[in-house]
Amino acid sequence: MDKGNAISVRNLTKRFGSFTAVDHISFDVAKGEIFGFLGANGAGKTTAMRMLCGLSIPTEGDGSVAGCDIMTQAESIKRRIGYMSQKFSLYSGLTVEENIRLFSTIYGMTSKQIREASERLFKELGMQDMRRAYVKDIPVGWRQKLAFAVATIHKPEVVFLDEPTGGVDPVTRRKFWELIYKASSEGMTVFVTTHYLDEAEYCNRISIMVDGKLSALDSPAALKEKYHAATIDEVFRIVAQNAQRGD
Amino acid sequence: MSIFRSLIKKEALHIVRDTRTMVITLLMPIVLLLLFGFAISTEVNDVRVVAVVDQYTDDTRDILQRLRVNEYLTFQGLTTPEDVNALLRSGKTDAALFLRSEEVELKSQIVVDASNTNTAQTATAYIRGVINSTSAKSTVLTNTLYNPQLKSAYNFVPGILGMIFILICAIMTSVSIVREKETGTMSLLLVSPVKPRTIILGKLIPYFLLSCVILTVMLLMAYTVLGLPVSSSVISVIAVSLLYIILSLSIGLMVSTVVDTQLTALIVSAVMFMLPVIMLSGMIFPIDNMPIVLQWISNIIPARWYIEAMRKLMVQQLAFSYIIKDVLILLVMTVVLLAASIAKFKSSTR
Repeated sequence: MDKGNAISVRNLTKRFGSFTAVDHISFDVAKGEIFGFLGANGAGKTTAMRMLCGLSIPTEGDGSVAGCDIMTQAESIKRRIGYMSQKFSLYSGLTVEENIRLFSTIYGMTSKQIREASERLFKELGMQDMRRAYVKDIPVGWRQKLAFAVATIHKPEVVFLDEPTGGVDPVTRRKFWELIYKASSEGMTVFVTTHYLDEAEYCNRISIMVDGKLSALDSPAALKEKYHAATIDEVFRIVAQNAQRGD
Repeated sequence: MSIFRSLIKKEALHIVRDTRTMVITLLMPIVLLLLFGFAISTEVNDVRVVAVVDQYTDDTRDILQRLRVNEYLTFQGLTTPEDVNALLRSGKTDAALFLRSEEVELKSQIVVDASNTNTAQTATAYIRGVINSTSAKSTVLTNTLYNPQLKSAYNFVPGILGMIFILICAIMTSVSIVREKETGTMSLLLVSPVKPRTIILGKLIPYFLLSCVILTVMLLMAYTVLGLPVSSSVISVIAVSLLYIILSLSIGLMVSTVVDTQLTALIVSAVMFMLPVIMLSGMIFPIDNMPIVLQWISNIIPARWYIEAMRKLMVQQLAFSYIIKDVLILLVMTVVLLAASIAKFKSSTR
């Protein structure tokens, strides 16, 4: 497998009994790339992502994430990636500072590193006055930014974002994507799933999953050209129109 | 180790910041203990009795005298057979004693208001005791062991402990784990390098410590306010309680791996574990009096063995060797439940 790729999978398959959730998918994600992972509900996005994060062992196939084998080195993968889930996920009963300290400790940072990282984070996000606020009391847009900052505080090689901008207004989403670009420019690989197809345009390359298979994969511009479509939204409709699954 | 500590701290902060739940958990055991200890009593005092006597003999005079001085009975005087019915109906008296002298023999009949069966039985027993104590030939000697004052509080202390720990450990733990599943923070932990084992322990230990605090408070109260005799069994009491706390934590963990919402966790823990503790563990209703099927079922209820062991230790003051069977059963239940739920937790993360 190519050393230059942050993620590289071949024939990745996951079956639950007779149901094949993910059906022989293969793709590479280069280091520092922003990779969009699209698909209708039930297409197998979440299952694929869980396998990449080391949460679920593939039934078949092989691959590597951040240089670690997904079949055998799930534990090492977990140390090298960051994860932010679809639901807002920080401890809302803890303060901003306590959340940062908890997660950076979990990722094995020393107290000196934690202090430096959180100072930098507060400055970058402009959240100094919110340090001691309970997470449940700060606005959703801020929470999302904070969750991203926490997911990347240990400078992971790859960060997985599972529908990170769900339920957020367009302006906040735009700001959130600025954070993603910044992380990517620092060399972090970003693997993002989304339902907002306008967001897909921001990605370097996107893939569209249909019924467990990878039906399309290219840069947004190339896909639009290939399907003679004006927007990714149209591309998605053309690719996904024959989908059997979904709700 | 510091990951472990930060997880425990996180959980502890959640417990402490939920002030309302915290206050309820700490106050409820105390209130329950005081309620069962003082207010709710199965002892029957001041049974009001009237008597109907057809003629005075030495025997009847003796019985009436004894009714008057008995501290559990309030003798309301003599009446006529016609009035007895009205007195009982209007609730002005609880029982009537009819005494009829036939030649050499004294015949007696007790008429009792049985709308409360417990009071009725006890009243009958009291009056019968009075009559028996006068007739030389049929003296019944009753001797109450272990709890000579027949204090019901003694019996309730183990029951309340059995209930409280299920409540705190099983219900609170399962709800708090499932809450993390619901909010999504559990997946954050699972996707991190933290081992599932560490996550579980980080969840359980704060509740274990909280239970230890409550155990201390309850035992202090039982031995001081309620006046349970202190003896060498105290160490065994603590040891068995700690085992039971771990068992209850395993139940909570088990529930949390099976259900997906906090509400289900609450219902499952409450209905499947809390109710049986109250109804079938022997806490309130004696197991020996249950239908045979319920007696079988009571065998699989952990609280039954805990309460049994605690009664032997606290009330009967028996040595540890008498509760080995109960402890072994609790131990096996703990090991099986803990192993099963950890395996289930791990597999659910795969």
